[in-house]
Amino acid sequence: MAIDTTKCVGCGDCVVACQTENNVPHGYCRDWIVENVAGTYPNVEIELRSERCNHCDNAPCVRCCPTGASHIVEGGIVMVTHEECIGCGACIESCPYDARYSHPEGYVDKCTFCKHRIDNGQLPACVEVCPTKCLYFGDLDDPNSDVSKALQNRKWKVLAPEAGTKPQLYFLT
Amino acid sequence: MKEELFVSGRDIPNIDPYLNIWHWQIPLYLFLGGLAAGILFFAGYYTILRKEKEMEATVKWAPFLAPFALVLGLFALFLDLKHKLYFWQLYTTVRFTSPMSWGAWTLMLITPISFIWAASYIKEVFPKWDWKFDVLNRFEAYIIKNRKGIAWIMMILAVILGVYTGILLSAFNARPLWNTSILGPLFLVSGLSTGLAAIMLMSKSKYERKVVSRLDLIMIAVELFLIIHLFMGFLAASEVQVEAAALFLGGDFTAVFWIFVIFLGLVFPAVLEVLELRGYHIPVWIPAVLILIGGLVFRFVMVEAGQITRFLY
Repeated sequence: MAIDTTKCVGCGDCVVACQTENNVPHGYCRDWIVENVAGTYPNVEIELRSERCNHCDNAPCVRCCPTGASHIVEGGIVMVTHEECIGCGACIESCPYDARYSHPEGYVDKCTFCKHRIDNGQLPACVEVCPTKCLYFGDLDDPNSDVSKALQNRKWKVLAPEAGTKPQLYFLT
Repeated sequence: MKEELFVSGRDIPNIDPYLNIWHWQIPLYLFLGGLAAGILFFAGYYTILRKEKEMEATVKWAPFLAPFALVLGLFALFLDLKHKLYFWQLYTTVRFTSPMSWGAWTLMLITPISFIWAASYIKEVFPKWDWKFDVLNRFEAYIIKNRKGIAWIMMILAVILGVYTGILLSAFNARPLWNTSILGPLFLVSGLSTGLAAIMLMSKSKYERKVVSRLDLIMIAVELFLIIHLFMGFLAASEVQVEAAALFLGGDFTAVFWIFVIFLGLVFPAVLEVLELRGYHIPVWIPAVLILIGGLVFRFVMVEAGQITRFLY
C-alpha cells in the first residue's frame, strides 16, 4: 500500500471505515492518523499519515509467534489465526509500529488489509472510503497495479526502516 | 528545528501512550525460571563431579525448591496469557525462530525432571516415606542408578532455560533496550547467582557455604562486567538505544536500578561475602536475600523499561 502524504487531510475516514467494516471493538483501532508538525510558527510544515500494520516482508511478529498463529499468506499479507493465538503478547512486543492489540476476547488482532474484501475483488475499506483518494492499494510485483504506478515517479519513504522489518507501507512525500 | 508528532484516532488499552502488555507475571516468571535454572545447574554439576557428600544442600536440598519455582512460574505465565483456553496450541508445533516456543518446550522437559530429581532424594528427607506402588519403587531405583545421566540432561536444560529467559526479551528488535545479545548470558549468570543464593540459605555445612559463596562472587563479577558492556554497547549504538540507556543514566529508572539492582543486589552482597571469606562473622541470609531481591527487581526493571523504549512516536 502507498499513502500520499501530500493528499491526506487527516479526516480519519479510514479509521472509522475500518472500525465499521471489521467490527473493531470500541476503544481499539487497526489504523490511525499521525500528524507530523515541523518548524516554528509561522513557518510550519505538516505531514499527515494514515498508518496501519506495515505487513512487513521480514515480519518480527511472525518470527516471534510461538504457535504459528501469526503468518504471512500468499501475496504478503500478515494474518493472525484466532484459534491458534494464545494471547501471549510476543507479537505485540515485537512490532516496532505498535500495530497490534489484544482483542477483549483474548486473541491478538490487527489490520488484515481487509483480506475478505480483496478475495471478493474489492479494495480495503480504508482505501475505498478515502475522500482525497490518497491511499493506493495493489500488488507491488505487478507494474500495472495502482500502487506500483503511484510509486513510479514519486519520492517515498518507509517508517523505521532501521528496525529491519522491511515494511510494505510506502509514504509518498 | 522543532518537530512534533500528534497521533490521533488511537488510544488502545495497554498500548497507548506506551506499551504495557506484560505486567508482573513475566518478570516474576523470569526470576523463578532463572532461580530454578541456577539450582538445577549446580545440582547437576556437583553430581557429575561426585561431590554429593560435601555439597549436600546443592545436590539434595535446594533442588526441592526448583519444582515449586517452576510450577509457580508456569502458573504466572498462564495468568499472563489473554487467550488462556488455547494455551495447548504451544505444544502442537515447534517454531525454531520463536524463543517463546523454545522456552515452552524446555519447560515441558525440565519441570518433570526437577520433580523426578527431588523425588529421588525424598527418602533422605523423610526416611519413612513409602511410594505405596511397586512401580514407583522400581522407578526410583532406576533413577538413583542413572543419576549421573540425568544430571547431564538437567544441566544442559538448565543452561537453555537460563539463557532463554534473556533471549525471550532480546529477540524483540522493536524494543531497543531488549535488543542486545548480551541479555542471554546476562540473565543466565543472574539466574545462576540467584540459584547460588538459594543454596547458601539452605546449606548447613561450612565448607559448602564457602564454595558456594566463592562461586557467587565470580557470578557477581561476571554480571557486573556484562552490565558495563550492556551500557557500552547501547551508548555506542543507534539513537534509540542511546535513549534506552538514558533511562538508567539519569532517566526514570536510574534510582531503582543503581540502588536496588547494582548496589544492594550485587556490590553490597559481594562485599559481605568477601568479608565473610576473610573470617568476619556475617549472617549468611543477608547477602543471600539481597541477591534474590536484586535479581527480582532487575527483571521487573528490565521488563518495564524495555516496553517504554521504542522506534516511533
